[in-house]
Amino acid sequence: MSLQSKLESGKFAISCECGPLKGTDTTELMENVEVLKGKVDAANVTDQQSSVMRLGSLVTSALLVKAGLEPIFQMTCRDRNRIALQSDLLGAWVLGIKNVLALTGDLPALGDHPGAMGVFDLDSVTLLRAITRLNEGFDMTGNELTGKPAFFPGAVVKVESNTEASTELQIAKMQKKVTAGAKFIQTQAVYDARSFEKFIKRVEKFNVPVMAGIIPLKTAAMAKYMNASVAGVHVPDDLIAKMEAVAKEDRAKTGIQIAADLIKQMKPMCQGVHIMAIGWEKRVPQIIAEAGL
Amino acid sequence: MILSEQKPFDEILGYLEKDKSVFILGCNGCAQSSGSGGPEQVAEMKDRLTEAGKNVTGTKVIDFLCGKALVKSELKGKVDQLEAADAVLVLTCGIGVQAVAASVNKPVYPGCDTVNLGGSRGEWEGSERCYECGQCLLYYTGGICPLTACTKSLVSGACGGANNGKCEISPDRDCGWELIYNRLKERGLLDRLAEIIEPLDHKKIMPRPEMMSTSRYALEQSDKEVKA
Repeated sequence: MSLQSKLESGKFAISCECGPLKGTDTTELMENVEVLKGKVDAANVTDQQSSVMRLGSLVTSALLVKAGLEPIFQMTCRDRNRIALQSDLLGAWVLGIKNVLALTGDLPALGDHPGAMGVFDLDSVTLLRAITRLNEGFDMTGNELTGKPAFFPGAVVKVESNTEASTELQIAKMQKKVTAGAKFIQTQAVYDARSFEKFIKRVEKFNVPVMAGIIPLKTAAMAKYMNASVAGVHVPDDLIAKMEAVAKEDRAKTGIQIAADLIKQMKPMCQGVHIMAIGWEKRVPQIIAEAGL
Repeated sequence: MILSEQKPFDEILGYLEKDKSVFILGCNGCAQSSGSGGPEQVAEMKDRLTEAGKNVTGTKVIDFLCGKALVKSELKGKVDQLEAADAVLVLTCGIGVQAVAASVNKPVYPGCDTVNLGGSRGEWEGSERCYECGQCLLYYTGGICPLTACTKSLVSGACGGANNGKCEISPDRDCGWELIYNRLKERGLLDRLAEIIEPLDHKKIMPRPEMMSTSRYALEQSDKEVKA
């Protein structure tokens, strides 16, 4: 069953992340694909995440199609203008890619080519509108297409914010994303089921399936780093203490247990989970099993 | 006001690698205010180049190097020193360097880089900046420009990068969209946040062709007038 059919029929869906590496060696990527196939409904393919130059998400998504794992093609507005974005979307459809996750993208200054120009000709909202328009058979300026795609577009939202303005801006933007055509939402990593519940209550009215973001903790240091440096991620102190308390050889087990518990707590409130394993792709099946999915 | 800063000395020496002698020009306008090409910096440059083995045939600081008529008249008394130089080093903004290059039949080198002021048109205390986008969006954003206040110039709202109200690019920079949110809230205009703004028309953001061929500076005369 495709991600779209699952979410549209109200079933609980599981997605994970496949990040291409820097270079042409796809061995590890394809190993991960084999492990994840049949365990998840779809896998996000990141688009030069954190503005670090890598093998591209369009090509990698096509590799996933070929290998039999449904991709969610992540598309940022950082590197392409509206002509290239629309053209790559047409290309994606021709290559058998159905799910597109529309993102604004990080600033190039934060990546490994800090002098690169950040394009941002479109942003997540206007990219979603462009995708919707292509689905209708037209490009952004109203020219008719010969053959049209039928993408299943999605978007992301940050659940945790530390200012009122940021919280409200995220919700206002989520509404715009849905208006512009987003059919599903994946969230930034959540570590507190109560804040997730608060968030879900606010966005219920948008009537769009939400997949809760999960990043398994590997160490307490990782949690502290994310709290300090990753906007929209907040690991509560009790989880950090839990990670600190366990012996080194049991850390992975505890991190996976925490992730599985969070999934169990949030499952009744949402329509799916999006597991971002960050190097632990091969352990995703274990997280899914522990969560009882 | 145009802000300029002096290039690294090694870069300037690199330009002059094949030249034995040089004439230095400075500007008493913006470059003087920038501390990059006023009388003090011209004298200093003369010393450094002399020390580096170059023959400085002469120097001159002109009120506004961007005015070609002014450049020509002010340099009349310096013709011999100019003639004796292999090249001319100009300590001012890009307009001044181009005005000198158009007026003096010598290799003319820039001694400064012109700094992009991101829409500022002067050295003032305020934080307001205009992007000159040709499609003013201030109605939607509570009178705060998203193109200059947001690092990514986003028109659809905040990205996910803000932390404690600050932009991910620097803890010193406010998230422009949080400023916009707070302003809209204060004025009772939060419904404006729901408006989806069309992608920018970059035809309007690019300088018009006629704007790229004249400085439009009040002191400048048109090329026609200078020729006459």
